[in-house]
Amino acid sequence: MSRTWSSPLRKRLPAGRDERPPPGRGRQNPLDMLKRRFHSGELGSVPVALGLLVVWIIFAGLNENFLSPRNLSNLSVDIVGIGMISTGVVFVLLLGEIDLSVGSVSGLAAAGFAVLNVIHGVPEGLALLLAVVAGTVIGAVQGFFFAKVGVPAFVVTLAGLLGWNGLMLYILGSSGTINLDDKGLVAMLTNYYFTNVAAAYGLAALGTAGYFLASYQDVRRRKAAGVPARPLREIVLRTGVLAVICLAAAAVLNEFHGLPLALLIFLVFLVGLDQVLRRTPYGRMVFALGGSVEASRRTGLNVDLVRISVFMVSGTMAAIGGLFLASRVTSATQTSGSGNLLMDAIAAAVIGGTSMFGGRGRTWSALLGVLVIQSIASGVALMGIQTAAQFMITGGVLLVAVVIDSLSRRAQKAHGRV
Amino acid sequence: MTAPPLLALRGIFKRFGAVQALADVELEIRAGQVVALVGDNGAGKSTLIKVIAGVDPADEGVIEWDGRPVHLARPHDAQDLGIATVYQDLALCDNLDVVGNLFLGREIHRAGLLDEVEMERLTLDLLQTLAIRMPSVRLPVASLSGGQRQTVAISRSLIGEPRLVLLDEPTASLGIEQTAQVLDLVEQLRERGLGVLLISHNMGDVKAVADWIAVLRLGRNNGFFDVTTTSHEQIISSITGATDNAVTRRAAPGWEVGR
Ligand SMILES: Nc1ncnc2c1ncn2[C@@H]1O[C@H](COP(=O)(O)OP(=O)(O)OP(=O)(O)O)[C@@H](O)[C@H]1O
Ligand SMILES: [Mg+2]
Repeated sequence: MSRTWSSPLRKRLPAGRDERPPPGRGRQNPLDMLKRRFHSGELGSVPVALGLLVVWIIFAGLNENFLSPRNLSNLSVDIVGIGMISTGVVFVLLLGEIDLSVGSVSGLAAAGFAVLNVIHGVPEGLALLLAVVAGTVIGAVQGFFFAKVGVPAFVVTLAGLLGWNGLMLYILGSSGTINLDDKGLVAMLTNYYFTNVAAAYGLAALGTAGYFLASYQDVRRRKAAGVPARPLREIVLRTGVLAVICLAAAAVLNEFHGLPLALLIFLVFLVGLDQVLRRTPYGRMVFALGGSVEASRRTGLNVDLVRISVFMVSGTMAAIGGLFLASRVTSATQTSGSGNLLMDAIAAAVIGGTSMFGGRGRTWSALLGVLVIQSIASGVALMGIQTAAQFMITGGVLLVAVVIDSLSRRAQKAHGRV
Repeated sequence: MTAPPLLALRGIFKRFGAVQALADVELEIRAGQVVALVGDNGAGKSTLIKVIAGVDPADEGVIEWDGRPVHLARPHDAQDLGIATVYQDLALCDNLDVVGNLFLGREIHRAGLLDEVEMERLTLDLLQTLAIRMPSVRLPVASLSGGQRQTVAISRSLIGEPRLVLLDEPTASLGIEQTAQVLDLVEQLRERGLGVLLISHNMGDVKAVADWIAVLRLGRNNGFFDVTTTSHEQIISSITGATDNAVTRRAAPGWEVGR
């Protein structure tokens, strides 16, 4: 097909001009690459990784307990609830939309589970499933009003924020607080640890090896197809960095209780959804829609369906996050899903490098962003300063993240277009 | 008995609110023919393209493909017939890279996962055979120049095996060399027996490659001319309306020869 076209221009060019290197992934020095990435709006996780490093250095200097295995291990469990919600928010942000209902949905899922299981005696597994499916259905309803009726997502989910919170208060009833079985399945989500040191190290090794093999396989396929590939040196370097991070994390976790089940589940979700976004046709549709609705429509993409599905993902992840948050306190209360939760979940995605303008982002930004937010919260708590400081610091970090996002977008526009 | 035209539009109407964008438009394109569609700004050219591409279907009218009536209600309907379109606004996703845009909506996948390597290979092949230079096929198209973006949009239409290519001002932001390249490409398409509908405001380009010139004025047909026998002035006056009531010269002799 396409290869059979003969070049109309080539015959006019002086001989030898065609000998240029094929267009592809040209690699130059790292600083140039960073600059080019900034201009093309692809800074990715570089700023947030640096930011996280700064936060850790500051708090480690202020309080020696900050980097203790106990504190870091708790941090790794504390991030999971918000992190799950934030991962769903990444999907919505990729469309350039927003979901303000995730906090309320997470609270409703927790309350729903508590009422079904504790009050009505529904088996834990079933109650858990129903709570998660409720999140999916809520997402579908909100997505329907956004995609089919044309109500702005901001407004639909603002109504959801109020409505689902009201429904949660209603089903919790007069009791207000329902305590969960502290030996039950949901409690286990955040209090179970794989105490065998082999678990954490094994996961670190598996993750690193998996990354290396996948990258290596990619290079081999690229070489075989005659397509530019990353130099092996770079892959080894990346794998090395990943290995150091993973093994260090494993060592720290093993100093305390071992590998937390919650962290394992979170990582599985992050990897799985990352693959969905980057490697499947569905993920490509989400990115396309975030880039240009009209261009997507003209290629025949079912815009409404993708929009609804994205809100379903967001609702589902909010419900799952809500269960982890309830697990952490082994109860569902009237304040479940309220307070800063919504803001933290959205801020985490943005701080992690997912663009508010749509079309750019990765699930990993939820992990990095929530690490920053929870590190600040944990550091402030350790030092016994008031939450006032925490809010101000987190607000400042969010502002920096949004400024970087906007500047990089502006650079991209100024750079490219005529 | 001559073969039926590749594409025939009969009595096409399209209205946007109070604006009658197209009224009773007729058009025929044969395989191996380049038909230029010209007209002033707002004449309805882009609207007609979108009708054919199934993006904004007509309100009324019949569309025939190979002589058989077809229903072009969705972009897929047109794509499945082999109609490829380069839109005036390019319709690219700025955040996706060149490969992603070229294969948007027809990604190649292996076992449910995108086959990036194969798509990149085909992209590089296509760009090389078209002698198109890109800094990298893995850069988001937002960071390409206007002309480069346009070449991406044009290349995209050649992926798959189109039988009819619709080009809405494909040379609008191209340099001299690239314009010549696109015009050469249009000639190649004709030699391969494809039908081409080319919109352009540049009469030089139109004269250089088109076999026939269809004029739209205020959403209506205002002439169908054989390039070889029609003067520049005739076409201009038809576009501007100086000959609003001129007899439309349709089905002139030599029609099926195409040149
Ligand atoms: N989506 C739309 N909604 C409302 N009106 C529209 C729409 N698209 C086109 N029109 C109107 O239809 C008419 C024809 O527009 P069209 O874009 O087809 O013109 P054109 O011939 O392509 O002009 P140009 O040479 O400037 O590209 C114009 O009056 C325009 O305002
Ligand atoms: Mg137009």
